[in-house]
Amino acid sequence: MSRIDSLQELDVRRQRLSQRKENALRTITLCGGTGCIALGLPQVYTAFEHEIQQRSIGDKIRLKRTGCHGFCEQGPVVVVLPERFFYPGVQVDDVPAIIEQTALQGKVIDDLCYTDPVSGCKVAYEHDVPFYNLQERLVFRHNGELDPTDLDDYIVRDGYRALAKALCEMSPEEVIEQVKLSELRGRGGAGFPTGLKWELCRQSPGDDKYLICNADEGDPGAFMDRSLLEGSPHAIIEGILVAAYAIGARKGIIYVRAEYPLAVRNVNITLQQAREAGLLGANILGSQFSFDISVHEGAGAFVCGEETALVASLEGMRGMPRPRPPFPTQSGYKGKPTNINNVETFANIPLIILNGQQWYRAIGTKGNRGTKIFALAGKVRNTGLVEVPMGTTLRQIIFDIGGGIPGDHEFKAAQMGGPSGGCVPAQYLDLPIDYDSLKEIGAIMGSGGLIVMDEATCMVDVARFFTDFVQEESCGKCTPCRVGTRRMLEILTAITRGEGRLADIDRLEQLGEMIKQTSLCGLGQTAPNPVLSTIRYFRPEYEAHIHDDKCPAGVCQELITYRIDPEVCTGCHLCVRNCPQNAIAGEPKQPHEIITDRCVKCGICHDVCKFGAVVIE
Amino acid sequence: MQSEMTTDRIMADEVSLSIDDTEVTVPAGTTVFLAAERVGIDIPHLCYEPDLGLPPSSSCRLCLVEVEGARTLVPSCSYAASAGIVVRTDTDEIREIRRMVIELLLSNHPHDCLTCEKSGDCDLQKYAYELGVKAPEYAGELIPPQPVQDGPAISYDRTKCILCGRCVEVCHNVEVTGAIDFQERGFDTHIGLPPGLPRDQSGCTECGNCIDVCPTGALSFVGAEGKGRTWELGRVATICPYCGVGCTIVLNTRDNRVVKVTGQPGLGINHGWLCVKGRFGFDFINHEGRLTGPLIRRDGELVPASWDEALDFVAEHLTQIKQEFGPDSIAALASAKCTNEENYIMQKFMRAVIGTNNVDHCARLCHASTVAGLAQAFGSGAMTNSIEDLDQATTIFVIGSNTTECHPIIGAAIKRAAQRGVPLIVADPRTIELTEYAAVHLRQRHGTDVALVNGLMNVILSEGLEDEQFIAERTEGFAEFRASVEPYTPELAERITGVAAEDIIRAARLYAQAPAAAIIYSMGITQHTTGTDNVLSLANLALLTGNLGKRGAGVNPLRGQNNVQGACDMGGLPNVFPGYQKVDDDEARAKFEVVWGSSLPASSGLTVVEMINAAAKGAVKALYVMGENPMLSDPHQSHVEEALKKLGLLIVQDIFLTETAQLADVVLPATSFAEKEGTFTNTERRVQRVRKALEPPGEARGDWQIICELARRMGSEMSYSGAAAIQDEIAFLTPSYKGITYDRLEQGSLQWPCPDRDHPGTPILHVGRFTRGLGKFHAVEFIPAQELPDDDYPFALSTGRILQHFHTGTMSRRSEVLGALVSVGVIEINPQDAERLGIADGQPVRVSSRRGEIEINAVVTDRVTPGTLFLAFHYREAPANRLTIAALDPVAKIPEFKVCAVKIEPVW
Repeated sequence: MSRIDSLQELDVRRQRLSQRKENALRTITLCGGTGCIALGLPQVYTAFEHEIQQRSIGDKIRLKRTGCHGFCEQGPVVVVLPERFFYPGVQVDDVPAIIEQTALQGKVIDDLCYTDPVSGCKVAYEHDVPFYNLQERLVFRHNGELDPTDLDDYIVRDGYRALAKALCEMSPEEVIEQVKLSELRGRGGAGFPTGLKWELCRQSPGDDKYLICNADEGDPGAFMDRSLLEGSPHAIIEGILVAAYAIGARKGIIYVRAEYPLAVRNVNITLQQAREAGLLGANILGSQFSFDISVHEGAGAFVCGEETALVASLEGMRGMPRPRPPFPTQSGYKGKPTNINNVETFANIPLIILNGQQWYRAIGTKGNRGTKIFALAGKVRNTGLVEVPMGTTLRQIIFDIGGGIPGDHEFKAAQMGGPSGGCVPAQYLDLPIDYDSLKEIGAIMGSGGLIVMDEATCMVDVARFFTDFVQEESCGKCTPCRVGTRRMLEILTAITRGEGRLADIDRLEQLGEMIKQTSLCGLGQTAPNPVLSTIRYFRPEYEAHIHDDKCPAGVCQELITYRIDPEVCTGCHLCVRNCPQNAIAGEPKQPHEIITDRCVKCGICHDVCKFGAVVIE
Repeated sequence: MQSEMTTDRIMADEVSLSIDDTEVTVPAGTTVFLAAERVGIDIPHLCYEPDLGLPPSSSCRLCLVEVEGARTLVPSCSYAASAGIVVRTDTDEIREIRRMVIELLLSNHPHDCLTCEKSGDCDLQKYAYELGVKAPEYAGELIPPQPVQDGPAISYDRTKCILCGRCVEVCHNVEVTGAIDFQERGFDTHIGLPPGLPRDQSGCTECGNCIDVCPTGALSFVGAEGKGRTWELGRVATICPYCGVGCTIVLNTRDNRVVKVTGQPGLGINHGWLCVKGRFGFDFINHEGRLTGPLIRRDGELVPASWDEALDFVAEHLTQIKQEFGPDSIAALASAKCTNEENYIMQKFMRAVIGTNNVDHCARLCHASTVAGLAQAFGSGAMTNSIEDLDQATTIFVIGSNTTECHPIIGAAIKRAAQRGVPLIVADPRTIELTEYAAVHLRQRHGTDVALVNGLMNVILSEGLEDEQFIAERTEGFAEFRASVEPYTPELAERITGVAAEDIIRAARLYAQAPAAAIIYSMGITQHTTGTDNVLSLANLALLTGNLGKRGAGVNPLRGQNNVQGACDMGGLPNVFPGYQKVDDDEARAKFEVVWGSSLPASSGLTVVEMINAAAKGAVKALYVMGENPMLSDPHQSHVEEALKKLGLLIVQDIFLTETAQLADVVLPATSFAEKEGTFTNTERRVQRVRKALEPPGEARGDWQIICELARRMGSEMSYSGAAAIQDEIAFLTPSYKGITYDRLEQGSLQWPCPDRDHPGTPILHVGRFTRGLGKFHAVEFIPAQELPDDDYPFALSTGRILQHFHTGTMSRRSEVLGALVSVGVIEINPQDAERLGIADGQPVRVSSRRGEIEINAVVTDRVTPGTLFLAFHYREAPANRLTIAALDPVAKIPEFKVCAVKIEPVW
């Protein structure tokens, strides 16, 4: 690949690429994200290849593996261009029909179409799928279209034009000014103003400065950074380059978890491409600006997402945070000024530079500009990655885009911001969500994880679950986080077992506040959020566990009993046959009875009963 | 503009803040904790301890304070004070938080203060008491107490660990060992070695500094368990009797026994840090083998005698021999282990009472060439700079010193420098720990140091890197010197030394281009027949580059024994009085004659090896050995034994019945360093106080008291009220010690020269002017070692020390811990040679030279190059000096311990 040594050469290349005549009749794009891969994409892809080869229609039908489309629940996802026919859950057997009817004849196959769970209607085109058409996909704009490892595919979509603009037309200060005016806030969770961070780093004395892309996405429920690195790696690199130019960094490091092999692979491929094209290394785009990026694979500790722990890990030490100040912008990697931004933050940069801060400021709310990607999961029909403007309400995300709660269940709460986020109850469904509003109600933006819960979720159990995660992931350095979170877990566990005491709720609040106030890093400072927010909004549920030995949601095993309603039971014997403990007695055709001593509360009888005769009390 | 900036800077240097309504002004960058300390506010703290000099980890959260306007409470230990901030350290909220921190810690801590070793000295206990924490509110899961002892010395009980991280910090950034770290995470976090790695393979040297810094009972000394708690122990700060670094140690005693040895935070040149010997090498003090009464040989057996009998016996025999054969038929070995006062008395006794200059000591075997060489070049035969100077060096050149094993505290300082990025050049035929940290490792052939250093200087001159101004203003003899190094091109040097020319060039540039480059050397330089030449070469190198008389530079010999510098300073040498005043200098001699009240001989006496040779020939009839063990320490052991047996009278004054004492006619029981007052002078000329912590065992007596008593019985009154009075006499007679008194030493140590009572001492010699006026270049030609490998004895054997043992093992091999760490000696052989000779790792081998043979186990390692062997000389069962050669440096008379020819064969 030849070097691109100036803005003009980049423009020429893009124009040449865009004028390249597309011979193909249609392009079949397959989502190459990790979710779809897990659901069988590679086999489907091979089947398409095979079919195209067999029919010798390679000149007419192009096959393209793109980044993640975001609608992970429906994978493997296939979209046929240019019409954007949308087929979810494609199986190998569907391939010949898609080739024959859709790819060659442009006809939609009704049976393969997506059915909107809300309206029950079939949807033929991707842009008509509510999950997509209610989103505002800016950061994700290319993910479903381009081949992540094809530099030209990015260049033709204005790739590296923001870099060229910054290098050729703007001073570093002007770049920082644009980013400051855009009011972009760090997408890593805390929402620190990105432009200000860059400015602080630029102003820190010293010529050796480092720039780190934090791709240590630690929340198990969040995967937008992974998806961006897998699907739009060149955009991330471009964002990093602009930032490096702005702060005067000479070396960049992408700190990505080793559990993201596809992200690691795609990033390494694209870094090499960028290097060969003169977009990385010495004299980028023929300018005086030189910068290179290396990849560091993290070992997967949650705490390494914290800036100072990440730096320690990069330096070969145990990933443990240290007190700030000094902040990494003053003294970070190897003691040098270091700017650390998250993947999604970098993904916003080319947009801001290319379109200007005013364009960007039109998106979102005051002080919270741009979009945010949420990882929608839990008790919701459409799970996947959702990009919406800041200020969108939970109701829009969960019900309009997410299709609402499956079954005839009610929304109870949403856990926002990952394991150290907070539970948001139904009363805030119409609250426009952004960094500040979430904080006010006891949650955080955090990772952008969004887990929907219905009324069959026990909030004490939820608090216990997340506390278990954070106490396990505590680095062990500071006392409140190391010991305090374990003590909270023990109290919560006791409550879910019916061993709670009256004072426990107060003790949890007291401990939680203390841990928030005194912990060394963000992990500890947010760790009590799930507990404190559930106590705040669902205190009666805690009290029921303690006072009445009851789990209102029917989840905590020690607090529930299964009983067969003799009025409803038909004596079909199905429960008796399925009970692993022989804990159900009763003659056929006579109402059965559960022998409580033997019952281990596995719930199988409840699940298999066709008449709803097994009730939880 | 200029003045504005200056004003700004001055103002920026200091900040004023308010702490608990008190205004305080501190230098910018001071932490809130230290600022509070200034106004007498002691903020509770557990993980941080300012006295230790370790950076704060801010992990315990006990020292949190409120800063008005700050988002959260801030840890005062790491939060820098800034102008105008308002700090509160003791609000109700903060007190409650501190209580909770202690409660949380106690919730995972065994409540066994009744029987805990640390009780009374435990910070957690202290704060639990102060904050009134009774039963912990948040009782929960507790790991059962399970102390882990995975080595002989250190025990770790994770249940008592508050994870302050001090031990990890010390291990990584003070010792630069990095053996331990935090393991696992969350509630299960603990301190440990890497999983699966046994302690002896972890790099842990068992220095025990981790125990010293532990604020709770989590880390403890295995051997001290049950032997007394803090309030039951006596604590006496004194000086370590092992190597020449001169660390301050604290003897913790009870019932006249040493319970443990600790460092005192921040105290001494070691700042409280110790090495494994200085920590665990003290079982000898209370050892059952200590001599408790005099012994006299009767009918071939050494039998107990009274002091009167023994002293009369010695006095009578010495008088008789002196009368019959003249004073020069009597010789004495002073001692690098004894105090300055004792050495002074010994040489005074020999010169004034016996009337001979036949007094020498083991400095002859280690640094005689230093004393000779540096005196010729600079006028003073001692370390030019200070240990602390290593912090200022911008390049460090270590040659012939296995510093981390032989002078561990200085070794750690070098590692810290390398960790900071200071380039380190290591010249050593062996791979040693420091080579891991080296920018360049010059692996020269044995005995080729002159060629190597000449090669370096050839590069410096050919590239114009010399310090012309320094040479012109402060040196002489340059032209002749310059001509002498011209032939030593890097290529020639490579042919002689085996070091690649490019490495020589690189090292030369690194050394010469550094603003301040320090040379550190030791016995790899001195113990050669060309020892003095080697030293002169290094002196040339420093003169050539102007690396003298300034901080961070210098020529720095590391002395081997605790008081080898002092023993030399005190005139324990055959040619000089105290302070290196020459015996043949009439003026000096006249001064001593007046004060000592007797006429003194003007001709130099015999050196160590010469004494042995003279004894073998019958010229020396009586030898008085104070605290030395020539049977193991001197070259060519069989020759030494033969000579000692031939003596008419062998007097050995020691604390143990050493290999030498076993041959004695009279054995006089002396006191150990722990049982006496006095001073030691360390390798950097620092005079430090040795303090009495214990009563001597049995009838053992102090060395100077014994000698004075002997003098009295021989008709010469030598009487002193104590060590301080001896020092007063030393000061009166010795210009470089003139300003040193015990009163001053109580306030802190002093580096000589200290010419008057107001003089602060001299950390750096030759500032502005050399002791001899101008620094003198010497033309030095390469001469090969005396005995090179040949067909019969094809290996070059080098001898030296290891970390865990010391010299002839008299002290170190009586230590349980050191013995458990290294119980037997080994000889190092390269894998190529081992394979060729069929020698397996750990296999017994026979090593022989033209002088003797030993049997020992082999260690197959590439630490040594093919054709070379390395053997430590600590082992009486396999004495290295049965093999070594008594070939001497013609000037310094030091034997060539570092090269002799041997053969090695497996023993089946």
